[in-house]
Amino acid sequence: MAENNIEKSRIMTFNEDKHEIALETKDLHVHYGSNEAIRDVSLQFERFKITALIGASGSGKSTYLRSLNRMNDGIADVTGKIIYRDLDINKDDVDIYEMRKHIGMVFQRPNPFSKSIYENITFALKRHGMKDKQLLEERVEKSLKQAALWDQVKDDLNVSALSLSGGQQQRLCIARAIAMEPDILLLDEPASALDPISSRIVEESLLELKEKYTIIIVTHNMQQASRISDYTAFFHSGNAVEFDKTTTIFTRPTIKLTDDYVSGNFG
Amino acid sequence: MDPIRESLLKKSKASKLEMRGKIITYFCIGLIVAIVLAIFYFVASKGLATFFTDKVSIKDFLLGKSWNPGTLDKSGKPEVGALPMISGSFFVTFLSALIATPFAIGTAIFMVEISPNKGSRILQPVTELLVGIPSVVYGFIGLSVVVPFVRSIFGGTGFGILSGTFVLFVMILPTVTSMTVDTLKSVPRYYREASLALGATRWQTIYKVILRAATPGIMTAVVFGMARAFGEALAVQMVIGNASLMPSSLITPSSTLTSILTMGIGNTVMGSLENNALWSLALILLLMSLFFNMVVRVIGKRGALK
Amino acid sequence: MNPKKADKIATSILYGIAGFVVLVLAALLGYILVRGLPHVSWQFLTTPAKSFSSGGGVGIQLFNSFYLLLLTLLISFPISLGAGIWLSEYAKNNWVTTVIRTSVEILSSLPSVVVGLFGFLIFVVQFNFGFSILSGALALTFFNLPLLTRSIEESLRAIPYSQREAGFSLGLSRWETVTRVVVPDAVPGILTGVILSAGRIFGEAAALIYTAGQSAPALDFTNWNPANIASPLNPMRPAETLAVHIWKINSEGIMPDASAVSAGASAVLIIAVLLFNFLARFGGKALYRKITSSK
Repeated sequence: MAENNIEKSRIMTFNEDKHEIALETKDLHVHYGSNEAIRDVSLQFERFKITALIGASGSGKSTYLRSLNRMNDGIADVTGKIIYRDLDINKDDVDIYEMRKHIGMVFQRPNPFSKSIYENITFALKRHGMKDKQLLEERVEKSLKQAALWDQVKDDLNVSALSLSGGQQQRLCIARAIAMEPDILLLDEPASALDPISSRIVEESLLELKEKYTIIIVTHNMQQASRISDYTAFFHSGNAVEFDKTTTIFTRPTIKLTDDYVSGNFG
Repeated sequence: MDPIRESLLKKSKASKLEMRGKIITYFCIGLIVAIVLAIFYFVASKGLATFFTDKVSIKDFLLGKSWNPGTLDKSGKPEVGALPMISGSFFVTFLSALIATPFAIGTAIFMVEISPNKGSRILQPVTELLVGIPSVVYGFIGLSVVVPFVRSIFGGTGFGILSGTFVLFVMILPTVTSMTVDTLKSVPRYYREASLALGATRWQTIYKVILRAATPGIMTAVVFGMARAFGEALAVQMVIGNASLMPSSLITPSSTLTSILTMGIGNTVMGSLENNALWSLALILLLMSLFFNMVVRVIGKRGALK
Repeated sequence: MNPKKADKIATSILYGIAGFVVLVLAALLGYILVRGLPHVSWQFLTTPAKSFSSGGGVGIQLFNSFYLLLLTLLISFPISLGAGIWLSEYAKNNWVTTVIRTSVEILSSLPSVVVGLFGFLIFVVQFNFGFSILSGALALTFFNLPLLTRSIEESLRAIPYSQREAGFSLGLSRWETVTRVVVPDAVPGILTGVILSAGRIFGEAAALIYTAGQSAPALDFTNWNPANIASPLNPMRPAETLAVHIWKINSEGIMPDASAVSAGASAVLIIAVLLFNFLARFGGKALYRKITSSK
């Protein structure tokens, strides 16, 4: 492989006595055929915090995120370690379906099932063996409340999810993901297809969710990253260039590339 | 011990289901492939028996002009010359494609370029219905309309290649048309805009730009139509007269591979030379359909390179 | 010739051609319906055929056609669904898939008479099923599989990938996601494909002549025990269908009113095919509307 075209990078690591690490990658590489999309990325994600992945389009931030719960299986080649609960979940002996129950994901475009609101949330739960009707109903209510959607839909849970507005659909997708009670929530630009108001509501619910979940969010919106995240990683052409506290990244970045990006000189 | 960590290392219900699902779908697709292989194997082994078991030479079979598998000729060889049927099949196929192509292209141009809204709203269902009409119905109409018509104009019995051609023309017209429509629609709009902007008339644009760009697709459509014509059995069999003689004119009774097959296979004993010779005809049909398939592929590759 | 004039002439020629094609269909339909419909009566549709005298009906043939259609769909639909799912979900981009796709394409382009002869060889002769509904249904299955598989594959592909991602991200397997999310969403498209294939099966004759046979023994419509030879449900009895009947009486022509019976039977066949077409066109759309706006 050609020499790293990034002169230098600065990746913060946590003191593991003081911070609990929920997820970590070591030397992660992603290839699409002969094309290297992610090069040697090692990052740690602290528990109950929001970490933002920022960077220009094509920087690899989404590819990296999708590799974390192995959504890229069969699409790209992912090598390196993904450590979750002291286990390298990038290995073949790990059951990916079981793993994804604990590492959930919300996508760029809202993708509710063409089923009712209630069914959207309970569908996977039922498939995973939850039969008790009362338990299911509790889950529906709780997750919809956490996603700030309950008040708008509680009277008619049997209406088709496709009849909701875009913002509501996306919050339903968040509710659907947290109904699984995962450890970690991966969000791939969850607000990019939404109008500013819906986007703001989604942001607010994320801030509440971080009390219970570790959140990793990809965004191209720097205001959003600075508003909601505790840590920020800046990606550029497949490399993690700089990773630190969000305030540090946005006010005193060390690497010039990061500085250029957060001050809006490119991207 | 962390129970979640434990559960990650066990096989989940989902992965068992996934395994089962994969096995089911592999089985289904495997079955289709097995059917194709079985068809080729059985038809080939039956069809080749004429040459290997009954020792008929391939040359005599393909070029012999006299088909009478039950009897021996002067030199003591069985009369299994398939040339009458082979030429009959090729005649009806080429002639019907020859007539159908201009009509199909014309109709397709009309639907895409001249009257894309109103015209296509009428012609779209028309072509779909023409495809949907069963071939025995075409055969029946051929028998009760086309054959008497040919008889009254040209004399003779009315049965023959000409009647077969007319029937096949109507049968392949919708196939060729709808495929040509798809091709014309895939010609980028800016081709038309650029040409019209240069001051060309609509017809000049169609003739010099669009048809040129669509040529590979139109050829594919015509080959598909020919494949359909070549393999069509009953409609042709009902109007061609089924005389296994070398076609001497378009209006004398002749035969095709399919017509002799449908007539003969029930009247011969399995394993006899008469029967094997019929399977050899079926083998030719099979190989021809493979050939048409390959031609389509070659045209597709060539077209894609441009 | 000046280009303007050429343009005008060409346009009028194209109008002529298009008109001619519409006329051909109108003439075909008109001819069949005008000649056939006067013979179609309740009695025609329900009484058995007569071989040597006039006045016979097509009751048994009509029943056979429907029964054969039903059996064929019962056998070919599950296989096509499985194969369609494989093609749209599990097929990798490699040479194995290319070989498989080519096989499906070859099967779909085989002349139906060849498929029928193969069915004759395997089921009628080797397996000793004789000329029977079962042999016919299996031959028609071979004929139907590639087209139905492809139409199911296309319907599944039309469902956005994001629906599958939604399932995967919730820890569901691809199989669960496809069978419980993607397939239900694709039902309108799949249904259209099934109805169109039903029309093809209903009118097919060449594949049946030597599999389901050319005779229609009398049936006892009070006996519904499939094991009984006179029962309409018995799959081992020979069963001439409507389409085969048309071919048969025209080829042998011993029936005095063969042409009238053919015309009547053709009219019934055409009306059935028109119905299937109509159903496929509007049924699929109506179902789609019902599913997407289900309040």
